[in-house]
Amino acid sequence: MTNREAMLEKLADLDTEHAKAVAGGGERSVDRHHKRGKLLPRERIELLVDEGSAFLELSPLAGWGSDFTVGASVVTGIGVIEGVECMITANDPTVKGGASNPWTVKKIFRASQIAEENGLPTVSLVESGGADLPTQKEIFIPGGKLFRDITRASARKEPTIALVFGNSTAGGAYVPGMSDYTVMVRGAAKVFLGGPPLVKMATGEESDDESLGGAEMHARTSGLADHLAEDELDAIRIGRRIVARLNWRKRGTSYGQSKGTHHPYDVLEYAEPDEDPDDLLDLIPGDLKEPFDPREVIRRICDGVSETNGVVFDEFKPLYGPSLVTGWARLHGRPLGILANAQGVLFSQEAQKATQFVQLANQTDTPLLFLHNTTGYMVGKEYEQGGIIKHGAMMINAISNSTVPHLSVIMGASYGAGNYGMNGRAFDPRFLFTWPSAKSAVMGPAQLAGVLEIVAQQSAESKGQTFDAEGFKGVKEIVETQIEAQSMPHFLSGMLYDDGVIDPRDTRTVLGICLSVIENKPYAGTDRFGVFRP
Amino acid sequence: MTTIGTTPLQRVLVANRAEIASRVFRTCRSLGIETVAIHSDADAELPYVREADHVVHLPGNAPTDTYLRADLVIDAARRTGADAVHPGYGFLSENAEFARAVIDAGLVWIGPRPESIEAMGSKIGAKQLMRDAGVPLLEAPEQPTEADLPLIVKASAGGGGRGMRIVRSLAELPSEIEKAAAEAVSAFGDGTVFVEPYIERGRHVEVQVVGTRDGVLVLGTRDCSVQRRHQKVVEEAPGPALPSVALEEQLLDAARRAAEAIDYWGAGTVEFLVDSERDRFYFLEMNTRLQVEHPVTEAVFGIDLVEMQLDVAEGHGFSDLVLEEMEKRSEDTSEDRMAARPVGHAIEVRLYAEDPSADYQPQSGVLTTFEIPREDGVRVDAGFETGSEVSTHYDAMLAKVVAHAPTRRAAARKLAGVLSRARIHGLVTNRDLLVAILRDQKFLAGDVSTQFIESSGVVSGLPRSDSELAPQPPRDAAVAAAIALAEQTRARRTVQRGIPVAWRNVTSQPQRTLFEQCTVEWFGGRDGYIVEGLAVVSASPDRVVLETDGVRTSYEVSVPGHDSYDVNVDSPRGHVRLTRVPRFVDPADAVASGSLLAPMPGTVVRVAVETGQTVEAGEPVLVLEAMKMQHTVSAPYAGVVAEINVKTGAQVASGEVLAVVEGVEA
Repeated sequence: MTNREAMLEKLADLDTEHAKAVAGGGERSVDRHHKRGKLLPRERIELLVDEGSAFLELSPLAGWGSDFTVGASVVTGIGVIEGVECMITANDPTVKGGASNPWTVKKIFRASQIAEENGLPTVSLVESGGADLPTQKEIFIPGGKLFRDITRASARKEPTIALVFGNSTAGGAYVPGMSDYTVMVRGAAKVFLGGPPLVKMATGEESDDESLGGAEMHARTSGLADHLAEDELDAIRIGRRIVARLNWRKRGTSYGQSKGTHHPYDVLEYAEPDEDPDDLLDLIPGDLKEPFDPREVIRRICDGVSETNGVVFDEFKPLYGPSLVTGWARLHGRPLGILANAQGVLFSQEAQKATQFVQLANQTDTPLLFLHNTTGYMVGKEYEQGGIIKHGAMMINAISNSTVPHLSVIMGASYGAGNYGMNGRAFDPRFLFTWPSAKSAVMGPAQLAGVLEIVAQQSAESKGQTFDAEGFKGVKEIVETQIEAQSMPHFLSGMLYDDGVIDPRDTRTVLGICLSVIENKPYAGTDRFGVFRP
Repeated sequence: MTTIGTTPLQRVLVANRAEIASRVFRTCRSLGIETVAIHSDADAELPYVREADHVVHLPGNAPTDTYLRADLVIDAARRTGADAVHPGYGFLSENAEFARAVIDAGLVWIGPRPESIEAMGSKIGAKQLMRDAGVPLLEAPEQPTEADLPLIVKASAGGGGRGMRIVRSLAELPSEIEKAAAEAVSAFGDGTVFVEPYIERGRHVEVQVVGTRDGVLVLGTRDCSVQRRHQKVVEEAPGPALPSVALEEQLLDAARRAAEAIDYWGAGTVEFLVDSERDRFYFLEMNTRLQVEHPVTEAVFGIDLVEMQLDVAEGHGFSDLVLEEMEKRSEDTSEDRMAARPVGHAIEVRLYAEDPSADYQPQSGVLTTFEIPREDGVRVDAGFETGSEVSTHYDAMLAKVVAHAPTRRAAARKLAGVLSRARIHGLVTNRDLLVAILRDQKFLAGDVSTQFIESSGVVSGLPRSDSELAPQPPRDAAVAAAIALAEQTRARRTVQRGIPVAWRNVTSQPQRTLFEQCTVEWFGGRDGYIVEGLAVVSASPDRVVLETDGVRTSYEVSVPGHDSYDVNVDSPRGHVRLTRVPRFVDPADAVASGSLLAPMPGTVVRVAVETGQTVEAGEPVLVLEAMKMQHTVSAPYAGVVAEINVKTGAQVASGEVLAVVEGVEA
């Protein structure tokens, strides 16, 4: 199988998994929903965003491998509404009435983290039956953060807008409750703390849905609804008008002259890549043991040569620590520092080079892109004695304390502390996307199984027993299979360990959107790092 | 070649507007004569006003306040120092009193003597003259019987089809005479009408003459049979496939006798009704002015009739005309020039802002694009240009387009090609009808009559302009429109400008571009536009190239303005107009269903119902008058009148909600 065939097969698998998220609660549930004159979450989003604009869906595989439907009954993503980049969340009412499960909550947390870090307004398309009661123990107590995040966003001057299409009851009532703007659909929105049965139980009062939480009531009596929408389309129209009047300006760090109200980078001219991004399918080996040159990737995702961009990639320290490529490029006109693994292993020289490079990027307020294909820091006597730990720690120190925006793409391997040094998930890159060819774990499955075998053998021998190598073979296979499965992108994406698995050919577009989104909030490089041990 | 006793003209005022004013100015300029334009309020921005050397504004819009005000026109001539007045056609062109007033003001009248106008102006009087001159007449029976049906009622002072009514039953005759008289009063200020037999399969053939002090020059025949509502649509020279050569000779001779009978000076036209079944013809009338269709005669004879008019007005004689005009063409001796023969064939069409599929309702609004390809052998006399506003105050003719070619068939093909490639946006026109006529087999065979349009079915074959009955527009054009619109939105982006259009990492549905006529589904993203069955080769906000079955076709797409939902697509396959469905409508702005909208700007002359009244489907609700024609707005279905928003006398704009009828639930 050629590299391309292997990648296309993985992409077909990815499409299949995405289709599961799109299918939501399944055909019958979708039909029933449509028959009520209601739209699906993605249909609502398609109408909400500007015509022809992009929508970067986040965490579409959330909950993959769990008992819950892929996508976790909510859609989150970044879309452009009236020229404003917004975080959009939309419950999927076809999946168990849009009830929140533990993955839903994690996915919304991640969306609000992105909104916070990048300073985006949030538009919530609300229609949820509340919490998935069987898993309430994982939702109820941490879930309060959902409401805390809405009002903290408001306090940070990141407006929050709730368009309520249906149920938004009990705790869910605090989504519109906490939002800056609320729009409710006549005859459909239902927003109350307790429904008629609960009220009856609590106080004995007889009531109905409309008097407790109908859109008309909230618009005319309680004042919770700022706008009464005639129907779903009207709610979306009003939502767009609200965004249009936010007086939104991208406030990010920038150089150069602004044309009118546009962010200067939004009006910069640039060239498409000099090499065809389609070649990326041929470039990435099906077997991750084979290294590939990340410069070939850079040439296919970064701006080509143009009047304003004399060289595609200015490599920094090319002769020192050659296993890690560092240098400067531009993407959609935006300056970018890039760190990319070239030969998998990180040595002391690479760690030192990375540390210096991250400091340089902070000095010039330049965002950083990490392209992962690493098996980790080098082990062995020579390297331990050469200070691999302290140099690796320096690199991790630098990326941990760097304050310029970081973007990570896991192209291939991302093993061990290499995952940390290359700005893995725990180090909070602004965005982290994975290619279908990626694998990530503490170490490779075969190595891990082998380590287990050696440990078991030593343990047996220390107890004076004979190690049953034949018998352990089965255990080794099971472990290897399990680790392999848990290293795969769908699994990791399902765990919310990335923001999505993407087609390598879309990398430039995804990063272009991210770099534009980043400009919504000011950023500046730091000169304060942890104590280095050089 | 100035003859002693002639007066060279220095400055000519054209007492007219639009196309014909431009036409006369063109010749004046080529002769070094200064030009004076007059214009009403609505016409201030038209090209002819810009072209003139001097301009006088006549306040108001109604013709009776402006172009029909002889006193104002003569005053304009005096103030601008004009020494002559050219009346064009229509308006005051056949008004003997005006001609006299011009002459009395010491100005040169570029037209026939007032006596000639008077002689021909009264149709009844004219017939007597013609009878005396031995010209065959279409006589009306004193006491019509069933055998004389059908009959036609005509306004004595009319022309161009106005005030004419066909009568097919004797019982209708009195009421039709009454209506014709009423229309004649409103249109011409003269209610005199007459009745004559109506020949169903007749052909309208006319002869161009130019009378001089030395005699009459006869310049061949024109066929103007293709008419709608008695208004000429297609005109050609020479008249094709006349029943016999002898008949043509007789026509020319009769025209000469007609002109000579009234000692006619200047350009004029003698109109005949030719019975296409038999070798006979009847005198209809003589138009004592330059006609709309004069260019076809100019084309085949290689002459300039306006120049001839000016020459005659300056006092030149017949021999001067022949020498000055004809020697450009002929190498023969002067005797032969007298009997000049037409060269090739010329066809003219009148491009109107009107909707053939809606009873030829005149259209008004901004002509957002108006580009007619200029080619060898093609002449365009236009009164409007891109950006011009077409008002309902006057005739809705946008331009005359004329093609001249060695044969009739070649001229028709050339003209059809030019028209179909023309880019005309903003208004519905009769362009498709004209193209259909020019490509009709019967038309090409020369089988034309005044009933041609009604009997050939060319109208029913046209796409309907009203959206409910319109067929699906061609998909390729709709796809091109959708993609160009997507490119326009891309161009307007303020953020993420370089991101592919409609990019999705998780695709859930196609993008949908909604037109009233159809919906186009497409996908955007990394590989550009994806549309089923068509490949998008390239796309920009105004040009899209599509490929189907290995054939590439380019589409020009334009949107008139930011506030318009119209999308115009021009391609080698013709023009398609689509209307975007707005993505969102504020419910507060939505038009109630059952709303009756004004089909055009006009005045409400009658409100036939009251609020709360029950109406049947098709029952008249109110009557609008626009362009001197009355249009009845009827109930779309049975129901109750819920609202009436206008009163008699109210001025309404096109699209205004006049009344609302609420349907009765079945």
